[in-house]
Amino acid sequence: MTSATPPVPGGPDPAGPGSAPPDSAGSGATLTPGFHGRARPEGVILPPGQYAEEGFPVLSAGPTPNVNTATWTFTVTNESGIAKSWTWADLMALPQDEATVDIHCVTRWSKFGTRWRGVSLDVLLADVDSTADFAMVGSYGGYTTNLPVADLLGGKAWIAHTFDGAPLHPEHGGPARLLVPHLYFWKSAKWVRSLTLMPTDRPGFWEKLGYHDLGDPWREQRYQGD
Amino acid sequence: MTDATGARLGERYAVRSGWQVATLVERRIESPSAATLVLDVPGWPGHQAGQHLDVRLTAPDGYTAERSYSVASGPTLGTGPTLGTGPDEPSTGRVEITVQRVRDGEVSPYLVDAFPLGAAIEVRGPIGGWFVWDAARDAGTPVFLLAGGSGLVPVMSMVRARRLAGDRTPFRLIYSVRTAEDQLYPDELEAHAVRGDGFEASTIFTRAVSLKALRGPRRLTASELATWGWPPELEPRVYVCGPTGFVEAVSRMLVAQGHDPARVRTERFGPAAG
Repeated sequence: MTSATPPVPGGPDPAGPGSAPPDSAGSGATLTPGFHGRARPEGVILPPGQYAEEGFPVLSAGPTPNVNTATWTFTVTNESGIAKSWTWADLMALPQDEATVDIHCVTRWSKFGTRWRGVSLDVLLADVDSTADFAMVGSYGGYTTNLPVADLLGGKAWIAHTFDGAPLHPEHGGPARLLVPHLYFWKSAKWVRSLTLMPTDRPGFWEKLGYHDLGDPWREQRYQGD
Repeated sequence: MTDATGARLGERYAVRSGWQVATLVERRIESPSAATLVLDVPGWPGHQAGQHLDVRLTAPDGYTAERSYSVASGPTLGTGPTLGTGPDEPSTGRVEITVQRVRDGEVSPYLVDAFPLGAAIEVRGPIGGWFVWDAARDAGTPVFLLAGGSGLVPVMSMVRARRLAGDRTPFRLIYSVRTAEDQLYPDELEAHAVRGDGFEASTIFTRAVSLKALRGPRRLTASELATWGWPPELEPRVYVCGPTGFVEAVSRMLVAQGHDPARVRTERFGPAAG
């Protein structure tokens, strides 16, 4: 590896901040001189720090699990330990919603107008006896994520099995994933298998690793403390 | 919303709030499409190998763009007491990121080609506690690294961490890259490997061969993975980083060969990088 410093287009900026950067961020004039960015997006409103993406990037912490709909179940357990399960056939027999929503990934891409089909959590949680304010959602493969129950009810969350008219691809969480589009997309657990209600909040997989318990993209809640 | 015990694990991985200003002190060309940026980050608290940092770029009209980049440097590289000083004590630190230019990208061409030496950029981090290797915590368990393209960057941080710690944990790396000229850190990888202290690297080319190529240009095969990696019986820690297609193909092969999915940690660079 070479350690020589090659010529830099533009060269050092003589009027730049040099060796005395300000203590606090925000003095935009001194930062990243010569950066102009893309044409500003029109007709859409991006949450802070996000950019519009046409593709559908994949992010997961481990291998994609093989989940067979013949053995798939989704189980809701309340704070008393009472469980209620649905098979794939049960899920398909429930009222289905079509949802066209914008999604926002904490890795900064946002995708507008994604089309999903699935079952509203309002339907699945309707008869569950619970006063819990939080839920831990679990996945095939071991992933977990915590959410307030309030963010799962009121037409804001689904167990989604169809994307853009086709069965949800395993890379994107198929056969079924949680879909909570108003929160950063790591909350929309892929390969979803369980939802456990809990009176007090506990962190899930990424939340234990420093990511935010709620994850509202409009308030840019990426990390704990944001 | 803290855990009732008050002892939440998340605090160990807490991301420092707010942005801080870093200065570009050196740029090294790594390949025709990649450069390493050496950033001086006052008060950098240190990082684990494999973590990333966020950068924020600001245009004259106030428009900002944020991206995440893996840290390339090993955890103790610095100009001052970068580690162990605690969050309350100021320290200075050098942090390196290696940026691959994405065609038509908004940020990467600027960082690789135009961001001037001595200029400032906002950074935040380190971030991430999953795709990490820590010599003090993880030494002794064999490590199997699989990197595709610029997925080598966080993996290289692990190789450097091992070297900086004087650690002899058996490491095997398979690095898949399009052509010889696209390779990142080829001389350093070779220098690590010839030391004979338990680090082995196999580099394969998917598009065009070089004179030193192990075989013809094609993607990594299952038998190559089995030959150049660790068998599942050794229960290695496995790290896979690269574009989604690479990570999917490799992790499928790993699981098919008997590696426990729970020991396979992945990090993907989506097509949206840039």
